[in-house]
Amino acid sequence: MTSSNGKPFGSVKNLLKRAEKILKERKKLKQEIRVCAGPGCIALGAKDIHKELCKQLDDHKKELEAAGLELNVTLSEKCTGCHGMCEAGPIVTIEPEGTFYTGVKPRDTKKIVEKTLLKDQLVDPLLYQLGHHRGGGKVKHYADIPFYSLQLRVALRKVGVVDPTNFDDFLAEGGFQAFAKAIAEMTPEDVIDQVEKSGLRGRGGAGFSTGRKWRSALRVKEDRVWLICNGDEGDPGAFMDRAIMEGDPYSVLEGMMIGAYALGATDAWIYVRHEYPLAVEHLQMAIDKLTNAGLLGENILGTGMTLNVRISRGGGAFVCGESSALMRSLEGKVGEPRAKYVRSVEKGLHDEPTVLNNVETFTCVPAIIDKGAEWFASMGREKSKGTKAFSLVGKVKHTGLIEVPMGRTLREIIFDIGGGIIDDRPFKAVQTGGPSGGCLPAGKLNLQVDFDTLADAGAMMGSGGMIVMDDHTCMVDVAKYFINFLIGESCGKCVPCREGLYQLYDLLNKITNGEGKPGDLETIETLCHTMEVASLCALGKSAPYPVTSTIKYFREEYEEHINDGVCRAGVCPKLIVYHINDDCNGCEVCRKHCPTNAITGEKKKLHVIDPDLCISCGICKSVCKFDTIDIMSGGKIVSRDVVA
Amino acid sequence: MTPSKKAGVGSPRSGAKTSKTKKKNGAGKNASKVILAATDEILAHYPLEEASLIMVLQELNDQLNWLPPKALERVAKKLNVPFGKVQGVATFYRAFSLKPKGKKTVKVCTGTACHVRGASMLVDELKRSLEVEPGEGISEDGNFSLETVNCVGACAMAPVAMIGDHYYASMTPGNIAKMLKKEKPE
Repeated sequence: MTSSNGKPFGSVKNLLKRAEKILKERKKLKQEIRVCAGPGCIALGAKDIHKELCKQLDDHKKELEAAGLELNVTLSEKCTGCHGMCEAGPIVTIEPEGTFYTGVKPRDTKKIVEKTLLKDQLVDPLLYQLGHHRGGGKVKHYADIPFYSLQLRVALRKVGVVDPTNFDDFLAEGGFQAFAKAIAEMTPEDVIDQVEKSGLRGRGGAGFSTGRKWRSALRVKEDRVWLICNGDEGDPGAFMDRAIMEGDPYSVLEGMMIGAYALGATDAWIYVRHEYPLAVEHLQMAIDKLTNAGLLGENILGTGMTLNVRISRGGGAFVCGESSALMRSLEGKVGEPRAKYVRSVEKGLHDEPTVLNNVETFTCVPAIIDKGAEWFASMGREKSKGTKAFSLVGKVKHTGLIEVPMGRTLREIIFDIGGGIIDDRPFKAVQTGGPSGGCLPAGKLNLQVDFDTLADAGAMMGSGGMIVMDDHTCMVDVAKYFINFLIGESCGKCVPCREGLYQLYDLLNKITNGEGKPGDLETIETLCHTMEVASLCALGKSAPYPVTSTIKYFREEYEEHINDGVCRAGVCPKLIVYHINDDCNGCEVCRKHCPTNAITGEKKKLHVIDPDLCISCGICKSVCKFDTIDIMSGGKIVSRDVVA
Repeated sequence: MTPSKKAGVGSPRSGAKTSKTKKKNGAGKNASKVILAATDEILAHYPLEEASLIMVLQELNDQLNWLPPKALERVAKKLNVPFGKVQGVATFYRAFSLKPKGKKTVKVCTGTACHVRGASMLVDELKRSLEVEPGEGISEDGNFSLETVNCVGACAMAPVAMIGDHYYASMTPGNIAKMLKKEKPE
């Protein structure tokens, strides 16, 4: 991992020389094994797989050498960031063939070494099964899987490719070429020009033009400009920024360095969400490495440029993803936003000019400088250029991390890339934009996804979370869920947001408990309108969106709850009863598990649930092996699967 | 999260609990010494100014698992920040706990992906079987606390529960008892 024999590079020329040397060495590389160490795969034991793989490689050292595969010279192994297809994890890939192994267990590594590396054979059971619900064939290479072939990766270009802890690896993949180009051949004005022409819009949610933000900061004539990278990705169900920070920290830093060069900033912060310790670790490692290599600190590459980057761990407050609240938090204060008429490019952190961009935005910058504004602008749609990363989660077959050009339809994303709904159930809605976003129904599946179309449809691009829902998801419950989330995260400074959320929750809670009254929906709509108009910051203004969008598209579900006391999805506990049907064979499992002794029945005879004792905890349904327990609402069976 | 009214007291519910608490207070002098020593040690690494506040509290919370009032008082004094402000910051951020915790904390992911796959049923079942509320209290045997987290980024395995570093994937209300049994501290 030595970059320049411990000495700082000193000049742009030295850096490029070093990169060339590494590339030359890499040309000897015949094969490379990549173990995915994204959050999903780590949770499934990726670290143990890597450990076992190293052991197996060591055990087979002689045979491998005989086959012309010398460890660390012509054959190497590494842990990378997220490959994206979390559903199939843990994932191991072998380059340059692109062999794609899924669901790998530590003991499989022996077969991988003995069969694939030594005999050039594939380990059949580990191959990805195409359309596993339709009996499709097995796929050898990930390029042939629709999940990958339909994607276009810009922000995620190096995630899953490089070892995030290895600087040389990053150089070998073309890292820092853009920074070298910017600092040696371009003026700060040129850099801003390129970013502006590329049409890059902030990936954090609002979609403000990055070039324009930078230019307006340049106009403020002050000595000091702060640069902040917002990595406080708080949207539940979104993990794009996490994957980038953990899997490719050098690209984030390179983007920030280019930004700092363009703006003349000397001090920068990265604000990382409290729940992402690995992101902090990898970013800090990268910062230390760059500082030692003379790419951060004073007199960077001998050009006189100075940049110090520090990391701040967030306190776990959702509102701190809002830029002005984030700045208060960096000052050590309570993260309360302030009114928008004060612009942060003029008075931001410590009341000094500040430019704040999202992780994904910064990561796009090196690619733009490297390949040119025209290249970036050639992708996407008229007003939304480039690509966007999404985390595709919920009731979708291929849960994971994806990146597509702007303008792909929701149908392409959910059904072609995502593989459709789990168990081929009917699609009901997709929720985009996190707690401030909205739910879109099946009728909107042909919507071409970009900043403006989503906003027009009542949803939001947000940071890129996409939660897919099927007919077993109750839309009133989803609205209540988001409002409950926002109650916990509202900072409490302004009344419309603080009190409005409580009142909304109260009304929604009554509706889901079967205590809703006619007229409640109108009250909710009035409340939502007041909050949208009168709240202080974007959190409060957009807080009613989950409610307004679900009322707009799923009004009849609300009305059913209120008028008939029916939850058609079988979710709201007070509106459903559990019932054992005639297929029950009297195995007694549910009776033994029932915490309130509500189930009675003799062995091998039909069991019965006493509705007065039942607390709708769902344990019986989740333990029943014969699927004989139904959920009823309004006298009809509306069963849902407890486990997807 | 509301600040605890009394130092070192969880949520006294039964007689047995109260006697346990008394025992704790008996050894209280020693404990508060440890707390203050840890606080001073952490404060020594930071410039004594308001901007250090969150980072100091984070380290304290990491080390002690919660923020005892004594420690907060010390931090306020040393950083020259009014105690009310320290309390304000400590209650504002989710990362801080103003109550002591059990030996292990069960974290249930309540991110949207987990929610649509039934996370709320897990929370209800844990609340019932541990007799605690999320973010508040310790189970009768002192072993477990319960917390909900917004998203742990493991949406493919939803719904997810976490204890320590271990992820429990595709949880159902039915296998919670098994998980708690397995994780029960010695």
